[in-house]
Amino acid sequence: MTDIAVPARRRRVQLLPYLLSLPALLVCIGILVPFVTAAYYSLLRFRLNMPAMKGFIWFGNYQAFLTDSEFWNTVRVSLLYTALTVGVELVLGLGIAMLLQKQTRLNNLVSILLLLPLMTAPALAALMWKLMTNPNFGVLSYLVQLMGVHDFKWASSPNSALFTVVLVDVWVYTPFIMILLLAGLRSLPKQPFEAAALDGVPRRFVFFRITLPMLTPYIITASLFRLLDSIQQFDIIYPMTQGGPGNTLLVFQVRAYLEFYQYTNVGRSTALLMILWAITYALSNLFIKQWLKLRERARGLA
Amino acid sequence: MEHTSPFERIIRGVLIAAVLLFFLFPILWIFLMSFQTNEQVLRIPPSLFFSPTTINYTSLVTGKLQTAAGSLDLAFMRNLGNSVLLSSVSVALALVLGVPAAYAFARFKFPLSEDIAFTLLSFRFAPPLLVLLPLSLYFQAIGLDDTYIGLIWVYQLIALPLILWIVRGYFEDISPDIEYAYRIAGHSWLQTFTRIAIPLARPGIAAAGLLAFIFCWNNFVFALILASADKQPVTVGALAFVTASGIQYGQIAAAIVLSVTPTLALALFAQRYLVEGLSLGAVKG
Repeated sequence: MTDIAVPARRRRVQLLPYLLSLPALLVCIGILVPFVTAAYYSLLRFRLNMPAMKGFIWFGNYQAFLTDSEFWNTVRVSLLYTALTVGVELVLGLGIAMLLQKQTRLNNLVSILLLLPLMTAPALAALMWKLMTNPNFGVLSYLVQLMGVHDFKWASSPNSALFTVVLVDVWVYTPFIMILLLAGLRSLPKQPFEAAALDGVPRRFVFFRITLPMLTPYIITASLFRLLDSIQQFDIIYPMTQGGPGNTLLVFQVRAYLEFYQYTNVGRSTALLMILWAITYALSNLFIKQWLKLRERARGLA
Repeated sequence: MEHTSPFERIIRGVLIAAVLLFFLFPILWIFLMSFQTNEQVLRIPPSLFFSPTTINYTSLVTGKLQTAAGSLDLAFMRNLGNSVLLSSVSVALALVLGVPAAYAFARFKFPLSEDIAFTLLSFRFAPPLLVLLPLSLYFQAIGLDDTYIGLIWVYQLIALPLILWIVRGYFEDISPDIEYAYRIAGHSWLQTFTRIAIPLARPGIAAAGLLAFIFCWNNFVFALILASADKQPVTVGALAFVTASGIQYGQIAAAIVLSVTPTLALALFAQRYLVEGLSLGAVKG
């Protein structure tokens, strides 16, 4: 090998990874541009129907939110929706995972069947539930009436709209938490449980002192995953109610959508989305840390 | 630790039955509904027993609905075709772009590699509308608005991070020694990549591709904002369907059944990989 060939060869090796990842990166950078644009728009007075009014107002859109009760309603509804869905899905998912923990043929079949709601498009799931809760012929409306509850209007009444969309969310996403926790449960070491069984430790004690602590990393990962999705909810609420009735279900993304298309207020819409982005950014940093830890663990076990 | 009393076994059975009922009943019910005429759908009380009809499916497939008020055009097959086109081309493109990148991140430690990988991952978690709303204005300006190319480009936001992170995990699990040996035998880097690395990671690539396909298929908001009626996939098309006048409930149900069947079938087929894929490799299934 000559003296010249060595650096040339080394340079090629260093370039290769960039060449390989560049196309993927370029495709995504094209999409980063709108993100920067959104940040800029959020500082403008910008309405599509009044182009002449367009102007830079610094944080005017954000300041207006502080005293806007509609904005605080959006914050409240989004947080409530997120807390309810993630809370219910976690409890239910953990319960089902423990029910199916033992590797029997029936349990495996059930856990596979439970994937079906998760693989249904949330927008289509919303339509399915809309058909089932239709006041004229919906089977759920009928069943509720049989149980003696009249006048239960599901998604079309402000009193039960949140309940209805949370129910659909739970139907779609509980299996997600369930399969993650089931994989976690089945990967736990057997010895502590065998030792506890030999010593006759009560079940409840085993659950709170052994199962739950050992499962915690999985629970945190699954919950953060769901928190990130749930705070950005759009696919179920929009097809089901368009954020209504009234403002009962105007979560961040639904409100930003309406703000953009119905009121053509680009400035307000993007400011709202920037706030949502800040929340998800903080959450996703937390999530990625936790996720990397778990990945290392999975590597170690594999 | 097998001291399950008969009482406990009964409780477990009842609970499992309840779980199955809650999670499978909606799918079953919509499936049954898709074989009913409007009169049968509207019957009170609803019944599990009826004489099935395939009229809903035939009117969807032929695109013509005969009603008392005349003939109505249904564009649902076009939506279905759009879904197939958008999802499969998006995933194919994401595989071409993503697999080499995944290999680079798995095999080479280069400056900024982790930053780039995380930037790509962060797309998975950003609010989609934040990107989509300004993008729709840009697309209108440069003529990509309401085109398949524009949509497929944006669909990379769904497919690429998924493929990149799952396939990277698979490459990392394969020992590089085999590749070194092949290189020493005098083969070029490209030959090593295509003949050794890719075949070894094939299960991971297949799993990531299937999962990315399902996610593209199920996506709603991208096409809602960027596509007009003739480019819309089933998720958006079915929504327009509900509000269309003269539509019968059985047809909506049939449209939903046709829309979810591909993903449900793929999910059952690929269930072995789903746990790993859904958690981006954090949890081994």
